[in-house]
Amino acid sequence: MLEKLLLNHYEAAAVILSGIGLTNLLLQRNLIKKIIGLNIMDTAVYLFLAAKGYVEGRAAPILIENGSGGWINSASVYVNPVPAGLVLTGIVVSVSVTAFALALTLKLYESYGTLNIDEALMRMTEEQKDIEAKIDAAEEEVLS
Amino acid sequence: MIGMLAYNIPFVSIFVMMICAIITPLLPNRNRIPEKLSCLAISFVGLMSAYLLYELTAGGQTHSFNFAMGHFPAPWGNELRAGPLEAVLSLVFCVAMLLSLTGNFSSTAEDIAPKRRNIFCVLVNLLTASLLALTYTNDLFTAYVFIEINTIAACAIVAVKESAETVRAALRYLVMSLVGSGLVMIAICLLYDLTGHLLMQNMHRAIGELVATKRYMMPLTVSLALITAGLAIKSALYPFASWLPDAHGSSTNASSAILSGLVLKGHIFTIIKIFYRVFGLEVIHLLRMDTVIFILGITAMIMGSVHALRQKNVKRMIAWSSVAQVGYIFMGVGLNTVAGIAAACLHIIVHACVKPMLFTAAGGLSNAAGHKKGLHALMGTFYVNVWAGLGLIAGACSMMGIPGFAGFASKLSLTLASFDHSTVIWALTALATSSVLNALYYVPAVIVVLTHNKDAQKNFTAHSPTLSYKVSMFVFLALNFYLGLFCVPLLRLITRGVNVL
Repeated sequence: MLEKLLLNHYEAAAVILSGIGLTNLLLQRNLIKKIIGLNIMDTAVYLFLAAKGYVEGRAAPILIENGSGGWINSASVYVNPVPAGLVLTGIVVSVSVTAFALALTLKLYESYGTLNIDEALMRMTEEQKDIEAKIDAAEEEVLS
Repeated sequence: MIGMLAYNIPFVSIFVMMICAIITPLLPNRNRIPEKLSCLAISFVGLMSAYLLYELTAGGQTHSFNFAMGHFPAPWGNELRAGPLEAVLSLVFCVAMLLSLTGNFSSTAEDIAPKRRNIFCVLVNLLTASLLALTYTNDLFTAYVFIEINTIAACAIVAVKESAETVRAALRYLVMSLVGSGLVMIAICLLYDLTGHLLMQNMHRAIGELVATKRYMMPLTVSLALITAGLAIKSALYPFASWLPDAHGSSTNASSAILSGLVLKGHIFTIIKIFYRVFGLEVIHLLRMDTVIFILGITAMIMGSVHALRQKNVKRMIAWSSVAQVGYIFMGVGLNTVAGIAAACLHIIVHACVKPMLFTAAGGLSNAAGHKKGLHALMGTFYVNVWAGLGLIAGACSMMGIPGFAGFASKLSLTLASFDHSTVIWALTALATSSVLNALYYVPAVIVVLTHNKDAQKNFTAHSPTLSYKVSMFVFLALNFYLGLFCVPLLRLITRGVNVL
C-alpha cells in the first residue's frame, strides 16, 4: 500500500490537494476563501494530468531535428500532447470562472456589506420575513 | 446517405450561436435589435435542426453520423455526433428558448436595464450554443468545457436582473455549480487515465475490456460516482437542489423559463449519454449506479413536491416543482432500459415545453396583479390576462398528468417502461404519490387565479398582454396539446434515436 503511494506520489499529492480544495469550496463561509479552494482543486487536477502525461526519458511534443536536416517523426520519442492540451484548456476555464466568481462577490459585498454568504442569507431572510408579514396582512384584509 | 448540407448542421448550429454571441455586444442598443437578432438566429438553428431530423429519419430508416472537427482522425481528433435523438432535442431546445424569449419580451424590458440588454442576449446565445454542444458532442472533455460555459452563462443570466437577491442567488448557484463541475473534471481525468481516450465510443470499448478482465474496477466505480454526482448537482437532483428555488425563483421571467426548462436538461442529457454511450447499460447495472439514480429520482419526485407545497411565492412553487420533474426524468434513467431512457427523454421534451409556459404564465399573472408574486395576490388575475391564466391552467393540468395534456404522455410512458423492471411497485407508488402531491399545490393555485375578487381587481394594472405574449402562449398551448395527444410517433422516434445512440 505504502509502496504504491510512494510510487504514485504525484497522484497522491493531487488527490490530497483536490480534497483540501473541495472541502474549502464546500465548507468555508467566506467567499474569497471558497474561490481560493476552487483554485486549489483545479490546480490539483492539473498536477494529476501533468503527472499522468509525463513519461520519463521522452521529449516535449515539439518536433526535434535528427542531425541530418530532417525531423524525428517517431511517436515513441515524444510524450502524449493531449494531457498538456487538457491542462491549458482547464486553466483558461478556471481563470474565467474565478474572474466571474470574484465579480459576483464584489456585487454581493456592495449589496450586503459582507463576504459571508450565510450572513447575506440571514439579512435576506429578515427582509423576506418582512415581505411575508406584509403579504399575510394584505391577505387578512382581503378575507375580512 | 446523409447530404452534405445535413452533415454540417451540428457544427454550423453551434458556430452560428457562438458568432451571434460575439456580435451582439457590438450592435446598436436601440429598438431591441440584439434581442431580435438572437431570436432570428435561434429560429434559424431550429429550422436547421428540423431539416437534420428529417434527413436522419427519411424513408423510415434511422441514420446517425460522426462529424470530425479539425483534421485529426477519430481516436485523436474531436468529434460531434448526430442522430435522431440529438436532432429532436436540439429542435425542442431552440423552440423552447425562442418562446421563452418572445413570451417574456416585455417583462425582460422591465427587469433588465436597457444598457444591459445586449449582455443578456450574449448570455442567451452562449447558453444556446452550450446546450447544442452538450447535445451533439462526442468528446467528454469538450462536454466539460461547454458545461463550464453553460455554468457561467446560467449564473450570469440570474444576476443580470440587478438586485441584492439575485446576486446572492447567483453566487449560491455558482458555488454549487463549481463543486459539480470540479467533480466532473476530476472524473473525466480519471476516465482518460484509465481508458486513454476522450471520444465516447473508444472509451466504451476500453471500459468494456477493463470490465471483462475485472481490472481497475474500483477507480471505474469512483469515476462513475464522481461524474454522476457532479452532473446531478448541476441538474438539481433532490438532495443537491437547494440552490434551484433561489436562482429560478428570483431571476427575471425569461431567465427562470430558460433555466428550468433547458439548462437542467442539457446536463441530464449529458448523464444519459455517459451512461448509455460511455459506460453502457450493463456496466452501469454492474456498478449499481442505476439503483442509486432510481432511489434518488423517486425521492426527488416526492420531496420536490413536498417543498413546493410550502411555498407562498408562485415562482418559487414552480421552481420546486421542477425539482420533482427532474426526479421523474432520473427515475426513467434509473430504470436502465431502452424504454426507460426513451421515456426519460420524452419527459425532458415535455418539461422543456411545459415549464417555460408555466413561468411565462406566472410572470404574466403577477404582472397583472401589479408585480406581486405572492400566490394570494394573484386572486382573480385570470380575468385580467386570460392568455396567462390559460397557460397556468394547461401547465397545471400537464404537471398533474391529466389525459390530453403533455405531462400525461410522458408519465404514461414512464409507467409503461417501469413494468419491465423489478422495482415496478416502487415506481408506481412514487408516480401516484407525486401526481397527487402535484395536484395539491397546482389546483389551489388555479382556483386562486380563477376566483373573482372585485376589491383587488381595482388595483390591477389593466394593460392587455402584448401580441408577442399572446402568440408565444398560443404556441405553448398548441405544443402542450400536440405532445399530449400525438406523443406515440414522437416516442417511437425517440426510441429509434436511443437505439442508435
